[in-house]
Amino acid sequence: MIYKETGQYKSSYKSDHAIFPLLQDKIAFSTLMFVAFLIIPFVINSYWEKAILVPFLIFSLAAIGLNILTGYCGQVSLGTGGFMAVGAFSTYKIMTYFPDMNIMIIILISGLITAAVGIIFGLPSLRIKGFYLAVATLASQFFLVWLFNKVPWFYNYSDTGQITVSERTMFGIPVTGAEAPSYATYLFCLVLVVLLSFAAKNLIRSKMGRSWMAIRDMDIAAEIIGVPPLKTKLSAFAISSFYIGIAGALYFAVFLGAIEVTESFDIMTISFPVLFMIIIGGLGSMLGSFLGAAFVVTLPIGLKFLMVDMVGLSAVTAKHFEITIWGLLMIVFLIVEPHGLARLWSIAKEKLRRWPFPY
Amino acid sequence: MSLEELKKIPYGKSAIELKNISLAFGGVKALTDVSFDVKKGEVFAIIGPNGAGKSSMLNVINGFYKPTSGIINFAGTDRNEMEPELAAKSGIARTFQNIALFKGMSTLDNLMTGRLLKQKQNLLMQALYFGPVAKEEEEHRERVERVIDFLDLQSIRRTPVGSLPYGLQKRVELGRALAMEPEILLLDEPMAGMNVEEKQDMSRFVLTVNNELKTTIVLIEHDMGVVMDISDRIVVLDYGKKIGSGLPKEIRNNKAVIDAYLGVSDD
Repeated sequence: MIYKETGQYKSSYKSDHAIFPLLQDKIAFSTLMFVAFLIIPFVINSYWEKAILVPFLIFSLAAIGLNILTGYCGQVSLGTGGFMAVGAFSTYKIMTYFPDMNIMIIILISGLITAAVGIIFGLPSLRIKGFYLAVATLASQFFLVWLFNKVPWFYNYSDTGQITVSERTMFGIPVTGAEAPSYATYLFCLVLVVLLSFAAKNLIRSKMGRSWMAIRDMDIAAEIIGVPPLKTKLSAFAISSFYIGIAGALYFAVFLGAIEVTESFDIMTISFPVLFMIIIGGLGSMLGSFLGAAFVVTLPIGLKFLMVDMVGLSAVTAKHFEITIWGLLMIVFLIVEPHGLARLWSIAKEKLRRWPFPY
Repeated sequence: MSLEELKKIPYGKSAIELKNISLAFGGVKALTDVSFDVKKGEVFAIIGPNGAGKSSMLNVINGFYKPTSGIINFAGTDRNEMEPELAAKSGIARTFQNIALFKGMSTLDNLMTGRLLKQKQNLLMQALYFGPVAKEEEEHRERVERVIDFLDLQSIRRTPVGSLPYGLQKRVELGRALAMEPEILLLDEPMAGMNVEEKQDMSRFVLTVNNELKTTIVLIEHDMGVVMDISDRIVVLDYGKKIGSGLPKEIRNNKAVIDAYLGVSDD
């Protein structure tokens, strides 16, 4: 009943190819945008900003980036943390050299720099696949983090090796630095995420996306129909790194404000969690990137609430439990629903079509 | 461009000529000194027992294998080897013996990949999904819908091809090749593993494509009934060597061919 598409006729290929072809989806999406843009900014507080919304938005972007590479183009990558670090350090260096540049432009340039780095580290993908490629990208993770640690130029020769963001404004309101109000950082991330998500979806539903998926599913056949493997794989690396670089720039400039590279962009804090996001969310699904990011960001908070506030465990014990439960859930998930939350959602949609009269 | 050259060749004149092609993988000789030509607009069959080098021959034609020696004359130009991308751009499409579809994509998307070479919009335009991109998408969608109509694939447009039955997958693969609007269509065992009705359907599709669109067809097939019925000329390979060529009725009475298929008694 709820999800009935009966009677919604498509009379042109254009309407058939729309991002949200169903009326229900259009309504749901508009409602979501309305809440996100016009309600949340007025009610947001610092806790919601720092603990849930901003990290969710940033990790969604990183997950979209990795999903383009791994989910759509089939190239496994464990270098997400390294690429996010490239975005963060590019932002930092551009900020020091161009004090007057607009933060939006700085972040986009950081994305482009990360894209260039991504192309370089994507070169091995032309020869190696699967696990072997994963190991090669793992090398990029360690190399990049090592580089930002070893070369003092990157952190402007500071004693601690930390990089700290300076204040930047959009329309007179600070969006980075300690003074930035919650609604400003939230809206700044939201605008970027919405725009970049649409761009990603458009790429996926046109020529580029079909080339990626062709390479993912059967590279030999793709070559025979004229998809150049070299160009296609590198474009996936470039665009994926662009998204991940922007996520890294936001992570540093808007979210954390000050970072230390080995701690903030470690493989265990970034690369694996982002990979889990797209696996839990659904490989090769835009919705999955968001669901996965939401799941991974909110799970620790939910578990902590359950164990510390409800059961009354000490914070340290709860932390240990949290890690265990986290791993357990991961395994359960992979066994029960290997196609992720996005698949669960499409099953639910199928059920909703018939509810409440299943036949 | 070879595509224009190929289009200029009159029907009945040779479009691809293979001269003394040999192909070896280390010590294994897949093809030895094979020569034949494919005339524009005909249905040309390559037959032979298993391991005769038929698929290798197709792979040489569309540039997947590089011959060890020999010359490929394609659309009037002599080449030592073909490139897959050049072949695709020059109007050569093919299907595979073991279906090589994009299993995670829907039937429609699979057919749309056949149009990739013809889509010209750049990355930024695609990301913005700006006017011309949408228009181009629609244009190609319309072409693909014609193929869908022709092959009766309407009901499985949105189905991921991985979940389709074998016979339909073969048909979708033919569809993807047709979506490229090729001048030359290479079919590697299009009827393998099909029942009689499916074979009849497939033969009908192949003949219609040949008659209506004047597409040249190079076909590998094991079903002798089908081959004798639909092909204009046949070449027979055995152990990588050409053992016969000619019209179907000549092949039927060719002593060497009968020996290769049925075996020769020693006494």
